[in-house]
Amino acid sequence: MGAVSFNESLEKGKPNREATHQIPWGRLGVRTAALSYLTLLLIIPLVVIFRDGFREGIDELVHQVTQPIAWSSLLLTLWTAGVMTVINTIMGTMTAYVIVRYDFPGKTLLNSLIDLPLAIPTLVTGVMLVVLFGPQQALGAWLKEEFDLSIIFAPPGIILALLFITFPFVVRAVQPVLLNLDRNQEDAAATLGGGSWVIFKRITLPPLILPLTNGALLSFARAIGEFGAIVIVAGNIPMYSQTAAVYVLGEVESENRLGASAMSVLMIAIAFSLMMLVDWLQHRNHAETR
Amino acid sequence: MNESKPIPESITRSILRGNPWIRRLLITLVVIYVGGLILAPIAALTIGAFKEGLGSFFSSLGQPDVLYAFWLTLMISLIVVAVHAIFGTMVAWVLVRDRLPGKNLINGLIDMPFAVSPVVVGYMLILLFGRNGVLAPVLAPFGIRVAFALPGMILATLFVTLPFMIRELIPVLRNFSINQELAAATMGAGGWQIFRRVTFPALRWGFFYGITLTFARALGEFGAVLVIGGGVQGRTETATLYIYRALDERNYVGAYSAALILGLLSLTLVLGSDYIRRREQAEQKK
Repeated sequence: MGAVSFNESLEKGKPNREATHQIPWGRLGVRTAALSYLTLLLIIPLVVIFRDGFREGIDELVHQVTQPIAWSSLLLTLWTAGVMTVINTIMGTMTAYVIVRYDFPGKTLLNSLIDLPLAIPTLVTGVMLVVLFGPQQALGAWLKEEFDLSIIFAPPGIILALLFITFPFVVRAVQPVLLNLDRNQEDAAATLGGGSWVIFKRITLPPLILPLTNGALLSFARAIGEFGAIVIVAGNIPMYSQTAAVYVLGEVESENRLGASAMSVLMIAIAFSLMMLVDWLQHRNHAETR
Repeated sequence: MNESKPIPESITRSILRGNPWIRRLLITLVVIYVGGLILAPIAALTIGAFKEGLGSFFSSLGQPDVLYAFWLTLMISLIVVAVHAIFGTMVAWVLVRDRLPGKNLINGLIDMPFAVSPVVVGYMLILLFGRNGVLAPVLAPFGIRVAFALPGMILATLFVTLPFMIRELIPVLRNFSINQELAAATMGAGGWQIFRRVTFPALRWGFFYGITLTFARALGEFGAVLVIGGGVQGRTETATLYIYRALDERNYVGAYSAALILGLLSLTLVLGSDYIRRREQAEQKK
């Protein structure tokens, strides 16, 4: 936004044309280098995979994705991501609320813990969860014994890994908005006798809906492609705990090019359209508040 | 705390603060959630790595294949950081300063790697450089091997880490007034001189932070290098691929120790640069 107004003002006064008239070569060189870099690294690989996915037409793509094993891996990916998103949205909002509104010992530590998942390789996350909940570990064995609950090598492990990885997304989206919220309205509602839940639902929550949605959508998009943590935790049993990303790996290894490309294209399409939706929601909001 | 103060507001305050039991309940829930979800796994890994004593922790890390894997990871990460430092800066500069048609499209495209699964990244490169790949006829006569070799692993890591440098630099470049560059230009400074003397010093911290984020992400890359590199022990096996193999071979101490070291490396990088940046910002405010 800043850049646009700068460019506009520059175009009116045109000072930079004159000032930089002696270096068009440098500018052109940088532009060419930047664009070729993006083309080589990003555009060509993406074009190749989309071309490969649609090579036999859209019917074949649909046919490949709806094969029983492929379809169940896609469904597993979507429902585990969905469950994670619901839990993450509730707990993320609660965490942001507690950090912004309350004072308690250890708050600074809690706040700095939230970003840790971004700095830990996801494979390491998977290893951590196996050490904690694995069937041979004390906690994992106890859960199995007492509640007949398997976490590792089962869908709950996938959800847990996704929760760990995406934890910062909702918290960090909600936190700044909550911090800037005018508290007078809440205070007014409280003096008028509004209960805590009513105040939260009617006054605090509405302005948080947009950042909350953005955080939730980003977590979901991130979860679609997750591999490193899941491959360790899930056990990758087809039709039971094999996610779409792990399915693609299997198809690449068994040289089923059609199946691998079809699923890849679908995963990219889902995740990217969600990210575009987040972008659009944010832009629309900017336009409205202006 | 405020309830006990004898100021007239105290009564309204206690109404405004809401029910103390809700407060306690929410804090407890959040502490248990964060502790269980984030702290407990970290603690479990640390305990797991030292379970058989300090001796086996260090001896498992001293194995030649482990040392090679970490060396390979570091080398790939350093190359990736260097490439992004140069080209990422150029892309950020073009996106903020250059008048280019289709800038919004490019801007959206830059986040694309966030939406692509690492496995798919590796697979795209196989489609390009593999045995039957699109570029195979071009590269084969020169004897250049990309798939299942170092160049492919570097390319995969480059793709995955593309957004970090650019996304760090764009806001810094936007906030930095173009007038300083223009002033230097009117005084006769050339393009490169302006960049080195005026633009770069202003970008310094965004640049530094972008580098550490890229580095940390490159250290931990797994899915893409697994697919394109194949994880051949002693050749294309990076630290993450070693951890994967060690788990598979039930060499648990080896896997846990390497995972702990890799996690610590990456954490130190990100938290360290965060700390330095905060200190710098605090100093600037003074």
